[in-house]
Amino acid sequence: MGGKTLFDKVWDDHVVVPENEQTPAVFYIDLHIVHEVTTPQAFDMLREKKLPVRRPDLMLATMDHSTPTVPVNDLSALDDPAISAPEPAKQIRQMIVNCEEFGIELHGFGDHHRGIVHVIGPEIGATQPGKTIVCGDSHSSTHGAFGALGFGIGTTEVGHVLATQCLLQRKAKSMAVNITGKLQPGVSAKDIILALIGKIGVDGGTGHVIEYRGETIRGLNMDERMTICNMSIEAGARAGMIAPDETTFAYMKGRDKAPQGEDWNIAVERWKELKTDADASFDKEVSLDISDLEPQVTFGTNPAMVASISKAIPKIDDLSFNKAINYMQVKADQPMLGTKVDIVFVGSCTNSRMTDLHSVAKILDGKKVASNVRMMIVPGSEALKSQAETDGLDKIFTAAGAEWREAGCSMCLGMNSDKLGKGQLCVSTSNRNFEGRQGPGGRTVLASPETAAASAIAGVIADPRDYI
Amino acid sequence: MEKLTKLTSKTTVLPIDDVDTDQIIPARFLTTTTREGIGKALFADWRFDAQGNTIKDFPLNAPGIAECKFLVAGRNFGCGSSREHAPWSLVDFGIRAVISSEIADIFRNNSLKNGLVPVIVDNDTHQWLLANPGAEVTVDVEARELRLPTGKTVTFPIDNFARHCILEGIDQTGFLMQNVDNIGRFENNRSWQP
Repeated sequence: MGGKTLFDKVWDDHVVVPENEQTPAVFYIDLHIVHEVTTPQAFDMLREKKLPVRRPDLMLATMDHSTPTVPVNDLSALDDPAISAPEPAKQIRQMIVNCEEFGIELHGFGDHHRGIVHVIGPEIGATQPGKTIVCGDSHSSTHGAFGALGFGIGTTEVGHVLATQCLLQRKAKSMAVNITGKLQPGVSAKDIILALIGKIGVDGGTGHVIEYRGETIRGLNMDERMTICNMSIEAGARAGMIAPDETTFAYMKGRDKAPQGEDWNIAVERWKELKTDADASFDKEVSLDISDLEPQVTFGTNPAMVASISKAIPKIDDLSFNKAINYMQVKADQPMLGTKVDIVFVGSCTNSRMTDLHSVAKILDGKKVASNVRMMIVPGSEALKSQAETDGLDKIFTAAGAEWREAGCSMCLGMNSDKLGKGQLCVSTSNRNFEGRQGPGGRTVLASPETAAASAIAGVIADPRDYI
Repeated sequence: MEKLTKLTSKTTVLPIDDVDTDQIIPARFLTTTTREGIGKALFADWRFDAQGNTIKDFPLNAPGIAECKFLVAGRNFGCGSSREHAPWSLVDFGIRAVISSEIADIFRNNSLKNGLVPVIVDNDTHQWLLANPGAEVTVDVEARELRLPTGKTVTFPIDNFARHCILEGIDQTGFLMQNVDNIGRFENNRSWQP
């Protein structure tokens, strides 16, 4: 019998009742992150069935999706139509009520750790190797960067976890993605994951949990690993994982919710076992050599419609392909390089961390954002915001003419007032270029923080290698 | 959820691949705290223009759409966001099954919890359905079969437990609640605590 994969080990450690032909496994969840958008109906289900939250201590609650990215010092600010529409304001208030009623600690306005769900989990040390982590948000795969099993769930399942701390699950298949080679200057983790999705397609990982492996991954810092795991869902994968190592432990040590003292040493010994055995096998394997990888930009309406920045968009005669190209108002056989830009958005659970902010600052330093461009920089959490300000990054951003805003999901999904107008083109460090994702009729080009910064200066889609 | 054992209905066809849940229901409609009337937001930006006018040639705006309980979609339907509002809006609109050659994982999982049957078929059957909008087909959950008007019958995969819940119209929370003792034992016997 072969050895176990990292996924097998985390899976086995959480099976309360094994699956059989008739029923899925009862599967235990160690950390449940809750936010205002995908939970109200689940809390209502608890009220209807008169159920408590089983483990409020294993919940991590914040507000990020529909919150404004201007300061909210007082909840009454939400009544100002210039700050928030009435519906999101109602949802935010409901979240506060729900957390109070069910005894869940909420990282709300004014809290140092309010921020994007997938940013604050790692930031406070709640995200740990070997944990199972879910959230009513598909980018829960982000937490896999720590060797956790993180995946997105719907609101019914949010209710299941609130009530029982468990889900009914069938075990997914496993997929190895082996990444080798050294990144060239100006090329970053975002380019790796975009290239991978371009290679395997938006359904290349469907039914599978990916494990990212290889020398390139070992060389990445935690922010970069999170960028990669974050977009696993854009390849359709259930989750994406990376085995923990010294880089992981160094990032975690001393964080609020990380084990302390002797518990830390015990935990690290346990975490070191969380790797795929040499004799384990995967259901599927893919390899990617990134030695010659160029900056990647999307040209269509899903993340697999991606090309190297200087290369022409392919020509494919297909209904769905042509619909996407027409929506984006781009032409096959021409590169995206040089396309006029209206908005540049730096932020989201994919690219709003210190590594990203520093990469952007390095390119923007002493430069000006082009006059035709509005550039918004939205940090992933309030803690990141103050860290960036301590490092002096905010001054670089504002001197360049960029907007430096409060933490939240912001223009990644246009649930608050940060939206694209019809026809506007946005170079975005987020994760989805779906039609209208950033606002009805808006056009999204996904790119790295480096490409976003270079494009902001140039006013057109630009190659970051010309700006470093 | 409403039970479903067997249903015969016409299909409506959306022949686009990789339809994501942002199209099924755009994010700006997720600010609701209930599920009431969510079908109005279904495919909002494909059904209506910026002024709110109906886009006539969109399949879900066709006359007689109320008789179509099945949506035949291109490959990889429901990819992207985990929003359960997507199946909620389809069900509220009147759709009871989504038929495709491939359906994204989270959407499929969410659908099964709301009595929306994800029917995955082989490429030939899929192509036939895409080419024959309005065909009257039968989705038989009991038999795990899709029957075409040509007389062809294909089986589709559906998890035993999810099938049981759809046939009986029961939600899964009750089953999980029956396991509280097992869950308590698991929590007490772990070698480490989260």
